[in-house]
Amino acid sequence: MEFNFDLNSIWFILIGVLLTGYAILDGFDLGVGSLHLFMKGDTNRRILINSIGPVWDGNEVWLVTGGGALFAAFPHVYATVFSGFYTAFMILLFVLIFRAVAIEFRSKQTMQWWRTAWDTAFSVSSILIAFLMGVAIGNIITGIPVGSDKEFAGTFLGLINPFTVMVGITTVSLFMMHGAIYLMMKTEGEVQTIVRTWTNNTIIFFVICYISTTMATLIYFPEMVQPFKTHPWLFILALLNMLAVANIPRSIHLGKEFKAFLSSAASIAALLALFAIGLYPNIVKSTIDPAYHLNIYNASSSQETLKIMFIIALIGVPFVLTYTVSIYWIFRGKVKIDSMSY
Amino acid sequence: MSVELLSRIQFAFTIAFHYIYPPLSIGLGVALVIMEGLYLKTKNPIFQQMTKFWVRIFALTFALGVATGIVMEFEFGTNWATYSRYVGDVFGSALAAEGIFAFFLESGFLAVLVFGWNKVSPRMHFFSTLMVSLGSMLSAVWIVVANSWQQTPAGYHIVGEGINARAEITDFWQMVFNPSSVERLSHTLSGAWLSGSFLILSVSAFYLLKNKHTDFAIRSFKVGLSIAIFASLFQLVTGHSSAVGVSKNQPAKLAAYEAHFDSNKVADMYLFGWVNEKNQKVNFGVSIPNFLSYLVHGDFNTPIKGLNAFKKDEIPPVNFVFQTYHLMVAIGFALIGLSLLGLFYLWRGTLFQKKWLLKIFVLSVLLPQAANQLGWFSAEVGRQPWIVQGLLRTSDALSKAVEANQVIFSLVLFSIIYALLLVLFLYLLNEKIQHGPLEADLVASEYEKQKMIFSKNQK
Repeated sequence: MEFNFDLNSIWFILIGVLLTGYAILDGFDLGVGSLHLFMKGDTNRRILINSIGPVWDGNEVWLVTGGGALFAAFPHVYATVFSGFYTAFMILLFVLIFRAVAIEFRSKQTMQWWRTAWDTAFSVSSILIAFLMGVAIGNIITGIPVGSDKEFAGTFLGLINPFTVMVGITTVSLFMMHGAIYLMMKTEGEVQTIVRTWTNNTIIFFVICYISTTMATLIYFPEMVQPFKTHPWLFILALLNMLAVANIPRSIHLGKEFKAFLSSAASIAALLALFAIGLYPNIVKSTIDPAYHLNIYNASSSQETLKIMFIIALIGVPFVLTYTVSIYWIFRGKVKIDSMSY
Repeated sequence: MSVELLSRIQFAFTIAFHYIYPPLSIGLGVALVIMEGLYLKTKNPIFQQMTKFWVRIFALTFALGVATGIVMEFEFGTNWATYSRYVGDVFGSALAAEGIFAFFLESGFLAVLVFGWNKVSPRMHFFSTLMVSLGSMLSAVWIVVANSWQQTPAGYHIVGEGINARAEITDFWQMVFNPSSVERLSHTLSGAWLSGSFLILSVSAFYLLKNKHTDFAIRSFKVGLSIAIFASLFQLVTGHSSAVGVSKNQPAKLAAYEAHFDSNKVADMYLFGWVNEKNQKVNFGVSIPNFLSYLVHGDFNTPIKGLNAFKKDEIPPVNFVFQTYHLMVAIGFALIGLSLLGLFYLWRGTLFQKKWLLKIFVLSVLLPQAANQLGWFSAEVGRQPWIVQGLLRTSDALSKAVEANQVIFSLVLFSIIYALLLVLFLYLLNEKIQHGPLEADLVASEYEKQKMIFSKNQK
């Protein structure tokens, strides 16, 4: 399928950008959460939580805005996927709430059992969120049973199969790696020494998952790589992804943690771009009949709405980027615990 | 139970629970701007202590608002997929604007507000407080615009037929400024200011009764009271214009508010009563004769369209709407009375010795909360059976792919987790109140101290 430069495609890209922003930003704080239980000692655990303290809330806004943009630009996709994945999304909601509550409430009491319970809730919910999002992406790759009425015709258990579980685990490994690298930037001394070993281990974990998932995709869903056959230059993206991953241990070794973090962010962006290219112009593929695919044309809002939203985005996005960068700049440097900390 | 009933229960439950928190954040946000503004102006550290204390309460309400708010965004798609397909094109721009202009603003600057005391200058910190407050009100703007469009659709046309029909936008500004947007937004916002200010009044009155943190409590009380006086009186104005708007745009809803059945009659305004829908009578009712006609038309003798003018399946459940509406109005007047009473005794200089009044203020925190909930119930149930007035019925708006057992599952889980959330919220709120303002917060911030040392060295 050729790329058409129209409003529908722009919104396909913009939602991709929002979800990439979400994966890069919330990715590291979910990763920190996933690794949380491996850290021992109350002060050390507080350092971990406070490393994401001022920003995790803002990071989640990218998901809220991404979801809102999907509702607005492609209401049929939003309606079909959210009602079709009902049970899965409800579980996702519960763990999202649980995680927010765990972060807020963990350090409010000093009892050992209180903190252990919330630590566990925080870590398990972080892993589950990453996993469920991976499973959702897996289902978008495999396609789901969508009928001629644009409605989902499958079951909850039908969404879970070896391939989607594999994508789920890969997502967990990716966020763990990303979170560990983030912690390298935010910690020092003894904690950083522990985090350094995490970084090495999670890179290995991620690379193994990544290679297996890529192979499975190539074998079972060759249509995902069709665009790369017709446009060989797209291989640059795959190459960039490899280089970015390879650059992570190198930067860490050289003590350039911020560069390592940028590389990790770049590899997330490259992965999602590869995924989006494989999908375009479809958004939800029907396993019943290719004619029922929801694509950027038959599932979209009117041209008028896409245009208005594009203007809103043009005005708003520079502000969003300015304050996102400012916040990270204000809270740069190693974590210090004070009276307002979690 | 049917999917429709279950989904309605779930939506009502989750939105009602969510709506405990955003009004508190909006109201407290305004108070924070005033307190920190006073600190910048007077440099009196007591205002810094106040700001820091109320920021801690604000952060708690904000966190719960976010956690329960994500649920709302998901639920449009999970439970009301047909509705989402129908309104997506119209709501799209409002939701996009909410996300980009409001959510990012709030959550970004919230980090500076809560964690940035020692990282930025006092002016920059005040700016962040201002932006958080602005952001919280902007999110109210867009969500109330979207809801008002459901009450009074404008700036759209219908494309497609039958199950494929949907509303598409024709004029963005007509959609934004639909006939009920402005009055409903101002009504919602002043309701939110009331719930924030009465929380401040309640906690301050509690300290005064206990003879704790007296200076802190008196000053907080005054900030809370000034917001409460303004908001409760403003609420009378916006409430009136909302009611007049409803009489023009949603006559069935207005008729249900006042249990007015016969279109050929002039309408009374009830203070209270119990509607017998079968006999079309109001039992135990006390009313001001012809007053509704006067309020709506400015004339005591003009008849008002009654419920009998509508088809049986196009009117809301009358007694429920009547009761919620009248309770809301009654509480609104009680809040005005309470605020003015507080002002009167403050002027006389005896307010803080009046134990009985302080006790009432401690409990009064529940009143705006109740009024907000009741008001939304009467507005939303009063629109039934429509989900979008005159265009889409609630019963046609459901998700076709969702079955009753799935909704039961989520409803049970929501009940458990929200019960847990409420207990935790009250527990932590109580904890913070018992703990009180910190002595340490009276000391100037790290940044200030450094500046003082720096300027000394300069000399």
